Amino acid sequence: MRKFVSAAVIIALFLTAFTIMGCSSQKKAATSIPKETAKPADKGTIILATTTSTRDTGLLDMLIPAFKKKTGITVKTIAVGTGEALKMGGRGDADVLLVHARKAEDEFMTKGLGKVRKDVMHNDFVLIGPKNDPAGVKIATGAAEAFKKIAAKQANFVSRGDGSGTNKKELSVWDKAGIKPAGAWYIKTGQGMAETILIANGKQGYTLSDRGTYLTQKGNIDITLLLEKKKDLLNPYGVIAVNPDKFPKVNYKGAMEFVNFITSGEGQKIIADFGKDKYSQPLFVPDAEKTAK
Amino acid sequence: MDLLLDGVKQAFILIFTGDSLVVEATLRSLQTSGSAVLISLLLGVPLGLLLALARFPGRNLIVAIINAGMGLPPVVVGLVVAILLWRSGIFGFLGLMYTVAAMVIAQVIIALPLVVGLTLTAIQQLNPKLRLQALALGASKSQMLVMLVKEAKLTMLAAVIAGFGAIISEVGAVLMVGGNISGQTRVLTTAIVEQVGRGDFSRALALSFILLAITFTATYALTLYQQKGVGVWRRTS
Amino acid sequence: MAPHLVVKNLTKRYSSRPVLDIDELTIDKEEVLAVIGPNGSGKSTLLRLIAHLEKPDGGSIEFAGGNGVKDGFGIRRRLAVVFQESLLFTGTVFDNIAYGLRVRKTARGEVKKRVGEAAEVFGISHLLERPSNLLSGGEAQRTSLARAFVLEPELLLLDEPMASLDPPTKESLLADLNDVLEKMKATVIYVTHELTEAMILADRCAFIEGGRIIQVGTPQEVMASPVNRKVADFVGVENILKGRIAGSSDGLTRVKVNGSEIEVINHVSSTEKVWVLIRPENVTITLEESGNTSARNRFSGIVKNTLDLGVLHRVVVDCGFPMVVFVTKRSVEEMSLQAGKRVWISFKATGVHVISREGERV
Repeated sequence: MRKFVSAAVIIALFLTAFTIMGCSSQKKAATSIPKETAKPADKGTIILATTTSTRDTGLLDMLIPAFKKKTGITVKTIAVGTGEALKMGGRGDADVLLVHARKAEDEFMTKGLGKVRKDVMHNDFVLIGPKNDPAGVKIATGAAEAFKKIAAKQANFVSRGDGSGTNKKELSVWDKAGIKPAGAWYIKTGQGMAETILIANGKQGYTLSDRGTYLTQKGNIDITLLLEKKKDLLNPYGVIAVNPDKFPKVNYKGAMEFVNFITSGEGQKIIADFGKDKYSQPLFVPDAEKTAK
Repeated sequence: MDLLLDGVKQAFILIFTGDSLVVEATLRSLQTSGSAVLISLLLGVPLGLLLALARFPGRNLIVAIINAGMGLPPVVVGLVVAILLWRSGIFGFLGLMYTVAAMVIAQVIIALPLVVGLTLTAIQQLNPKLRLQALALGASKSQMLVMLVKEAKLTMLAAVIAGFGAIISEVGAVLMVGGNISGQTRVLTTAIVEQVGRGDFSRALALSFILLAITFTATYALTLYQQKGVGVWRRTS
Repeated sequence: MAPHLVVKNLTKRYSSRPVLDIDELTIDKEEVLAVIGPNGSGKSTLLRLIAHLEKPDGGSIEFAGGNGVKDGFGIRRRLAVVFQESLLFTGTVFDNIAYGLRVRKTARGEVKKRVGEAAEVFGISHLLERPSNLLSGGEAQRTSLARAFVLEPELLLLDEPMASLDPPTKESLLADLNDVLEKMKATVIYVTHELTEAMILADRCAFIEGGRIIQVGTPQEVMASPVNRKVADFVGVENILKGRIAGSSDGLTRVKVNGSEIEVINHVSSTEKVWVLIRPENVTITLEESGNTSARNRFSGIVKNTLDLGVLHRVVVDCGFPMVVFVTKRSVEEMSLQAGKRVWISFKATGVHVISREGERV
């Protein structure tokens, strides 16, 4: 009896191994067939850790295929918050990062976790909130002043609270305003930008969002844009190739190809044109050529 | 309300025009969860049989672990599998992170305790003398085991459907180890989350309908099968 | 004739408690051996050991002179067991009867043919397509028997196959089984705690008590001279006689038993061959043929033996056929009943029960 059962277990283990191997080879076949060019699979794969905002706006849907076409490199995009993307890079689990939290990025570089960092683009943050604007932020001269007004009124403010780039930006504004936000009016969602906007909509509260995500959700909500285009609302994105000296397993060559592509004329043009047709305004402003000079 | 109605309309248009994202996510979900269920069966049924029929030291501990495993939070499974498969993890050298294989592994871990546990229960619920009867009619040990599996198959099929339903509807673990990569590891659930993020509720609804349809079909097929034996006789008698 | 199966020095313990200790037991080819004993006597354990479903702690079970296969699986392929519970598998009656043939990889056409025949023998041909969970108790047990008989095994082991059936169902199945056993010439071990079944079906009986065999012999031998009180308790339950219907008139049926005629009132069977069942407490003994009695049946005979059961004595009288009678201690003394004494026995026509000896097909 036991002999038979243990034999069955061994057979099952083999079958499992084969099925997993089958799955992964099937997967390779499935991904390489539709995009068949001159053996692109040989060029390798890179893992790009980035923010949900770049994926949710659809920018990556334009950038990645163009990059794949040019270099033959497959990009695995993992869309998380900036904080988590930086952590992935800090573990060597990503090859290249596209993030927006300048202070944290600089720290990442000084720790020697990244090899190369370049400016890519910026978009801007917008402050959105209820149409009747109970805190009166519309007339504020900057984000810090608007936040002070919200805190004074104890109007609902919905924060991502997830350590993302947007969250870091929001906290730096509170810092500048000299306020430590706390209380029932200050709601932390711990979720992505889109979800946070939807929650702000439900709670009729204010929230700080990147412009792109706001535009994608605009049709689904009735809270509205109240404050924009202020100096302290700029949102710069950087690209970082993870340091291969620290993490020998990272695909540094592939990562550098991506860094070079996204900061090249071709990549920058895709960024500059993106969103013009859908939102009749560009969502991102390219920065690379400007800083390269 | 308008949003929902409009969403429903758009969803059906997307489904019937074969929207590429919808088709991709559906096929990927079926591939991933289908493989995971199959592997769980191949591993779980022999293990369940072993636990039901054999007595050996440590058996009770294993049964307790299996029972606890039935309530294992998928997100925890996802996290543990992710930590193991990261480049910095023990199995990082396999390069399985963010692949279908990684998702299958996570789903097998979620479904396996269900299959083992329910196989164990199903076999234990059978009259223990059935085993003697099969042997006493000349069945070999393996033929006797096949008979037991056949006798318990309805309960075990319920286990399969329950397991399949659990893993195909699961989002936390597959997102963590699969990464929702377009064209590679994007499945129905992660695609739904993504489409909500993008504000495309129609696609999110279309994907949700398909997910519901798959789980419902699976359950309905099981119900039909369970009723078949009795039903056919009643009709003809 | 060489014995078909020889059991020697067989012992079995359950957690150090001895449950079986058999010096020797043999079964001849085409013999029906009934193993009789009360619950917990070890009879089912004996059967499971012979079937190689359990391992003995000591001793040997030699099958067909020992020249065959030795391993449990090989031996199980040569026998078949029917248990008290029907233990049917999911599927139709056909699937169930076919099970043993299918595990032996019998050709499809052959399976169909033999299943059909076995179903015919047990009167369940009309049920072949019915799911096994929709059978009555009797139908289920007929299926279970057919499932074993279809294999035409060298040894058939029946473990109280009638014990869960209600009396009418049991009676009709018993008659059918007797018919089948006479026709098929099978070698059978029939475990039961019912003497009636053993008397009707068996060529020999083995009484088992406390894991030991205490008496072996033909049913008549055992009935006529039980070795001790335990056996007597058992065989005292019923007088079972082989008879043939001789004719009937005025609502009375005459049954011929060993040249004598017994009058019966409650005969319903339409068949000729019958079993005649008379409970010992319905029989009275007198020293003379007294005229003033309502008992229709009166026979003279000679006392074969008596056995002290305490309050009652068990007296066996040979009146052309053996008849067991229970008599109080006092009457034994008053009539000075002892072996060789000539007596009269009498019983009422209503005290006799008759069942068919031929298969009653439904």
